[in-house]
Amino acid sequence: MTTRTNRPVYLNLFQIKLPIPGIASIGHRISGVVLILAIPFAAYLFAESLSGPSGFAQAVAVLNRGIIKLIIFLLVWGLLHHLFAGIRYLLLDIHVGIDKESARKSAWGVMIGAALVAIAGAGVLL
Amino acid sequence: MSRQASGLKAWVLQRITAIYLGLYLIYLLIHAATGGSSNYDAWRAWVAQPTVSIGLLLFVVALLLHAWVGIRDVLIDYVHPLGIRVLLLSLFATGFIASGLWVVQAIFLARIPG
Repeated sequence: MTTRTNRPVYLNLFQIKLPIPGIASIGHRISGVVLILAIPFAAYLFAESLSGPSGFAQAVAVLNRGIIKLIIFLLVWGLLHHLFAGIRYLLLDIHVGIDKESARKSAWGVMIGAALVAIAGAGVLL
Repeated sequence: MSRQASGLKAWVLQRITAIYLGLYLIYLLIHAATGGSSNYDAWRAWVAQPTVSIGLLLFVVALLLHAWVGIRDVLIDYVHPLGIRVLLLSLFATGFIASGLWVVQAIFLARIPG
């Protein structure tokens, strides 16, 4: 165990006014948690789709329900945001785009890029 | 790695799994974009291919490790009462293991001929 220090910790997201990289960052966290909550549902669909021809048809039917399509759109958007923000973090780790101006631009890029690709994907598939 | 470096271990693990997940996601996307598996037989045959089975099994392991490190960070940051934190960590761990075993079982069943 490490020793406890009394340094201040302030994480109230409703009080902090976040800069753009901060918004992209909390989006990375929120999308990560939401994607985690989808894991059991994804496991169910995967197992069901492989259980036999009727299971496959059942899985396809579930995916074609309107409300499920909306949920999947939100999950795909979240996944894209998580992926793009994650790539941004990996680049920051190796000191690519580390200065403030580039970091702000890449944070905008992550947020706009994820939304645009999600909408484009929905346009193609739905 | 020493106990003192467990934070570094999690940090490295999060990045290694991220790279695999990202690359495999691109592979899955290409498979889907090039026709994918439009019926049960094609879908099962695709999953049963040794390279796909192994890739998917690694994907499940990488995803659950990645999810575990991530949810652990979030819960440590935002859930302070130790009892509730441990309860939530246990719930997520149980959910991850159960989901993982479910998918692994489905992959192995798809590989049984007939």
